[in-house]
Amino acid sequence: MAQYKMHILVCGGTGCRASQSEQIVENLNAELKNLGLENDAQVVTTGCFGFCEKGPIVKIIPDNTFYTQVTPEDCAEIIKEHILKGRKVARLLYEDPETQKHIEDSKHMGFYQKQLRIALRNCGFIDPENIDEYIARDGYAAFGKVLTEMDPKTAVEIMKKSGLRGRGGGGFPTGIKWEIAASNKADQKYVVCNADEGDPGAFMDRSILEGDPHTIVEAMAICGYCIGASKGLVYIRAEYPLAIKRLQVAIKQAREYGLLGEGILGTNFAFDIELRYGAGAFVCGEETALIHSMEGHRGEPTVKPPFPAESGYLGKPTNVNNVETFANVPVIYLKGADWFASIGTTKSKGTKVFALAGKINNVGLIEVPMGITLREVIYEIGGGIKDGKKFKAVQTGGPSGGCLTDKHLDTPIDFDNLIAAGSMMGSGGMIVMDEDDCMVSVAKFYLEFTVEESCGKCAPCRIGNKRLHEMLEKICNGKGTMEDLEYLKNLSRVIKDTALCGLGQTSPNPVLSTIEHFYDEYVAHVKDRVCPAGRCKALKLYTIVPEKCTGCTACTRACPVAAITGEKRQPHVIDVDKCIRCGACYDKCKFTAINIQ
Amino acid sequence: MEKIKINIDNTLVEVDKGTTIYQAAKKIGINIPVLCYMNLEHLNIENRPGGCRICVVEVEGRRNLAPSCSTVCSEGMVIHTNNPRVLNSRKTVLELILSDHPKDCLICPKSGKCELQDLAVKMGIREIHSVENAEMSTYRKDCSPALNRDMDKCVMCRRCETICNDVQTVGALSAANRGFMSVVTPAFEQDLIDSPCTFCGQCVAVCPTGALTEFDHTQKIIRALADPTKTVVVQTAPAVRAALGEEFGLTPGTLVTGKMAAALRRLGFDKVFDTDFAADLTIMEEGTELLDRISKYLGGDKSVKLPILTSCCPAWVNFFECNYPDMLDVPSTARSPQQMFGAIAKTYFADKMGIKREDMVVVSVMPCLAKKYECQRDEFKVDGNPDVDFSISTRELAALIKTANIDFNTLPDEDFDNPLGESTGAGVIFGATGGVIEAAVRTAYELFTGSKLPRIDFKELRGLDGIRMATIDFNGTPINIGIAHQLGNARKLLDGIRSGMYNFHAIEIMACPGGCIGGAGQPLHHGHSEIIKARFDAIYREDASKPIRKSHENPYIVKLYEEFLGKPLSEKSHHLLHTHYFDKHKI
Repeated sequence: MAQYKMHILVCGGTGCRASQSEQIVENLNAELKNLGLENDAQVVTTGCFGFCEKGPIVKIIPDNTFYTQVTPEDCAEIIKEHILKGRKVARLLYEDPETQKHIEDSKHMGFYQKQLRIALRNCGFIDPENIDEYIARDGYAAFGKVLTEMDPKTAVEIMKKSGLRGRGGGGFPTGIKWEIAASNKADQKYVVCNADEGDPGAFMDRSILEGDPHTIVEAMAICGYCIGASKGLVYIRAEYPLAIKRLQVAIKQAREYGLLGEGILGTNFAFDIELRYGAGAFVCGEETALIHSMEGHRGEPTVKPPFPAESGYLGKPTNVNNVETFANVPVIYLKGADWFASIGTTKSKGTKVFALAGKINNVGLIEVPMGITLREVIYEIGGGIKDGKKFKAVQTGGPSGGCLTDKHLDTPIDFDNLIAAGSMMGSGGMIVMDEDDCMVSVAKFYLEFTVEESCGKCAPCRIGNKRLHEMLEKICNGKGTMEDLEYLKNLSRVIKDTALCGLGQTSPNPVLSTIEHFYDEYVAHVKDRVCPAGRCKALKLYTIVPEKCTGCTACTRACPVAAITGEKRQPHVIDVDKCIRCGACYDKCKFTAINIQ
Repeated sequence: MEKIKINIDNTLVEVDKGTTIYQAAKKIGINIPVLCYMNLEHLNIENRPGGCRICVVEVEGRRNLAPSCSTVCSEGMVIHTNNPRVLNSRKTVLELILSDHPKDCLICPKSGKCELQDLAVKMGIREIHSVENAEMSTYRKDCSPALNRDMDKCVMCRRCETICNDVQTVGALSAANRGFMSVVTPAFEQDLIDSPCTFCGQCVAVCPTGALTEFDHTQKIIRALADPTKTVVVQTAPAVRAALGEEFGLTPGTLVTGKMAAALRRLGFDKVFDTDFAADLTIMEEGTELLDRISKYLGGDKSVKLPILTSCCPAWVNFFECNYPDMLDVPSTARSPQQMFGAIAKTYFADKMGIKREDMVVVSVMPCLAKKYECQRDEFKVDGNPDVDFSISTRELAALIKTANIDFNTLPDEDFDNPLGESTGAGVIFGATGGVIEAAVRTAYELFTGSKLPRIDFKELRGLDGIRMATIDFNGTPINIGIAHQLGNARKLLDGIRSGMYNFHAIEIMACPGGCIGGAGQPLHHGHSEIIKARFDAIYREDASKPIRKSHENPYIVKLYEEFLGKPLSEKSHHLLHTHYFDKHKI
């Protein structure tokens, strides 16, 4: 590799690319050439930096200058000022929302200070399409070490000792999963990487695949060695074209380097990886459904046991791990199980990547050690609630997680604590809500997703979720009864208790957790016919304040259902029965005479 | 077998390793309710998707409830099948299923025989919690010539799918769509008639609700019977008499041949005939064709296609037309007994009676739904007038008898009418798997060797194994015979022939489990395969009780050839009793 004085890292993640980061790379290169600096500085398209809120991101190494919201027009200035003259472009630096001060480098940004990047260690740091850069960051060293210095049994023991648990949602100990798959004898076994990331708003797996695809290749090969599999399959959603491309590049490069194929690193170990594309069904993230989908069948879960470790893809022992789980694997072998186990809580080791979203200042992808509190995540990394509003709840675990409230803010985040609090880790979605969010509507929103994504195989999920959704809609429409609330609870519990797979067993979580923590809000909808957050349209009451109304008739003309009547220059009246609560009158009235309750 | 000890509802039970909770509970007299689960033990057919969640039980130490049908017992398991948590869950899930099910039970064709209805009764459902105007999943209705699909009533038990794909390997039905709108359907939700469906109807036979039912002809028959200008003759297939009694509460396996004839007469049929007669006729034609092919083959004629395949089963005919269009010249060209009967009735018998073809209505009572499709095929019509006008199932006949207020069980035993009502034991065994080929062997042996059969019963050809093979000694010439029932087994045999793995002279194939006795038109077995076994035994009892047990000895068959057809494979026979096949490959 050539030696450069400076590296200009440009985020090539999907979000930043959507904001013209490819153009930025082009402009930066053009300007470097223009000034004859192409041998001094190198522009590198990296994976996601995580700070998507302020993308596109451009970072300068070695001084860690962190430019945010860069436009293609800013490129010339960055090169001229920073690269040529060594002067930082202040206006592009991150501004701390509290102190309003520019922060010169990423190390002092609140967003990064509390983070610990293991799975994301290379994201935003290396060119994901260049195997040499991965190797320069100790890539494939773990694979080499395992292959040449350990027998599979020892390697599995290390994984067990590390305490790594599945990051896809289940939290099953990875080492034990490997041990079971290793103990089953078969002529062919498979390693499957579950890259069917389906939680709305979640993009941790995508970021890893886009930003550091070689780590997945390496981890799968290690897993193959441990369990005795010579074939790896990545089940990846077809909606991730960039991740697919980078993975394909990585597999090709690994083959060229002899890191995949026959006789790897002079041993007699053979391993290769193929891709399988998913059509985007959420349920295909469930491992048995995923396997059926890969086999060309309908993506539906089946009853476990048998577990995939006994009978999986094509009836052969199969080990399925999620992308983020795999991303932790090489580091564990390099730094040791004890090192990994020293991070986190008693039962949850290491870190977890979260996709931070919702009403929060710093939306983005973060990786934090297990045991960090929600407060630290939301207020320190996330920079607090947007527009100075009040925190109301945080929803973790994707669409089937639960909502947690301010009383959970100081709970250390780990698998077991989240479950105990009525939510779950899931694959790492974290959506923050403020005082303007109606919790009944929130529950309804999530149910809408699970209703859409249920495969339809088992009755509780197929019909039960639909009924839950209908009942929530009824409540949001102000037609619910107290009896409905009781039945809602009963139905939710039964669905959890009887559904076939993880999707149905968790889908009522948003309902149960919001009923538990925001029962008053439900009661307000039912008894008082009021939505405290003012979100439920049907519960809004539009009236005209006679004292303010000038009788201009603007509202009459705006009303699509002719619900407003009155003489010219006389106060008008809204017919409540006709009113569809569209808000058109409110928008039109220049005299703030429309009152919404 | 390794044993394990478990505790079910405070009773200690010792079971074989691998036993499910459902099976273990049954052992101690606890019948856990099921809906999607179905196990036809005698036929090796099991449907266990674990989808309905009706059979859930509590297993101590497990976070959620376990489906007892598909959870295998492990040592020391403590199981509660009946506590409030289990009962509430079961009831709530059943309520959910009912909330998406039409409540037209009173007028549903499945009423009284519906497993969902039975469950609702058993579990004492008195109300269904859901919001007003809760959405129902509704689908386009699909009426084929043989069966109707009303998927609004589908509970996604997937039994039909298992039968269609795993057992029959037809592949006409599979689940489509997601979530609330998921449904079992032909590809692209097209109609069955445009799918590779063979109309074997086994999906109907296993459907727990009114989602899959037969195309009902009973009203048309009532009208024909009331029409004074029509002579209505009826033929009854061999398997019907071994099952009809079940519809009237008689023990499975009770033969009701005489009562059935009496009931048909009371219903107003002008002539009560027997498809068994036509079965004997089929043996004359098919047996002769078999001998003809074997003789030519042994004589060195390389153009002869062997093995000969039976062609009595219309679902099987549909199956090979769709899946093996390259082998259309392999099956016998003999029509099925139903169609041979129709052709003879509307020519020979109509002439004898001096009735015009148009004025005769031929009704067949069949254990089969594919017969409904078969009788309306164009090649079995003369100037648009079908040889067999209506084919009804055993169930439809029972319904007709009930509608006519006939007390079936007190009816006297009566005989069939002549000339088309006389049959031999060989005709009777057409109703069971292996029966057609045994009947053919009884005749072919004597015609081939010119000597009397040393024994009539060929036990080596009988049984319920899916694929059976035997070699029969034709006085020094070994004749290799293959038998398959269920189309999946037929596919295995056919693929074996194609690849040259098997070397048979003759093969009998029946689409339904057990042969016609397990046909889709028979009284519903509701997952109890011992019923099919009982019918199977009854068929051979009837055979043994017959004074004549070889088709070529049926005096009326002999007379039919003398008076009308000439000899087997004559020109007239070819015209009336043989057919040809079409390439119906769909994709």
